[in-house]
Amino acid sequence: MLEFLARLFGREATGSKEIAKERLRLVLVHDRASVSPQLLQMLKNDLIKVISRYMEIDTENLDIHLDQTNETVALVASIPVKRMKRVAQNPA
Amino acid sequence: MGEVVVITSGKGGVGKTTATANIGTALAGFGHKVVLVDADIGLRNLDVVLGLENRIVYHLVDVVRGRCRLRQALIKDKRYDNLFLLPAAQTEDKTAVSPEQMRELCQELGEEFEWVIVDCPAGIEQGFRNAVAGAHKAIVITTPEVSAVRDADRVIGLLAGEFDIRDPKLILNRIRPRMVRYGDMMSIEDVIDILAIELLGVIPEDEQVVVATNRGETVVQDPRSRSGEAFRNIARRMKGEAVPLMNLDREGGWVEKLRRLMGFK
Repeated sequence: MLEFLARLFGREATGSKEIAKERLRLVLVHDRASVSPQLLQMLKNDLIKVISRYMEIDTENLDIHLDQTNETVALVASIPVKRMKRVAQNPA
Repeated sequence: MGEVVVITSGKGGVGKTTATANIGTALAGFGHKVVLVDADIGLRNLDVVLGLENRIVYHLVDVVRGRCRLRQALIKDKRYDNLFLLPAAQTEDKTAVSPEQMRELCQELGEEFEWVIVDCPAGIEQGFRNAVAGAHKAIVITTPEVSAVRDADRVIGLLAGEFDIRDPKLILNRIRPRMVRYGDMMSIEDVIDILAIELLGVIPEDEQVVVATNRGETVVQDPRSRSGEAFRNIARRMKGEAVPLMNLDREGGWVEKLRRLMGFK
């Protein structure tokens, strides 16, 4: 009877929309990144530009990808360093 | 030159055809000259939703192939003399038409009509590409579900990236205010926040849609229907009027009244 009343008054809420939003957020990070491989390429180019001010890097073997654990998406970059520059050049 | 608007969603079953029929009927009701194009070649539906299925002689592919003149294929609506349907072919498939042909067709329709509204097939393949090819503007329709919103996001990306339609408008369909209030359905704000596009309108879940569709009618013709009112509001916004969103919390059921009486919110 109590359960019936609860249902009648719509109090059986579980707050499932928060779950929906969280799942969507994660899935869209991946969708949006994979829909535009240009985006990752642009990011890669910019990263190379910035890091090259400070060190010489192996741009051939550079790897950038999105990594997903249960609740977070991380941008993982593996950038082989050839040598450090002695003095960081002034940013333009 | 009339406005060519495609109604699209990615996911099937979220209400593209119903929206096309209702928005078109509403615009016609406001006195505009409107043509609705069913671009879902092979799975024609807009004709039955409008109750015009018995009047079809020629279809879109006949026009494109030159088997008839455009005027011969246009079917006049039962109620409005200024509303027409260009039906899809039922026996051909999506490859029967090219994007270039659709562009020319929309151009030609745009010279005669103030509004050309294209009902896009589900999916993002050739049928979608054809439907979008001739459009100047797009309306993306979705429901507050994870799958539908995800597909809408994909379509919004494709529209911007490949078709240069950068400002599609959103219709959020089949909202259930009670579930939103209890946190069991994503709200208007939630969906807007995720998709980051401008809202054109919100349609509440309404059983009258089923009833009207059963009869081959549209809810915009029913002055008491909540969804009909929402579709009329959308048509007015498309005309450039500033129409506020209707209050979705105003529900008429006895349970709702009782609940409010007893102070449950």
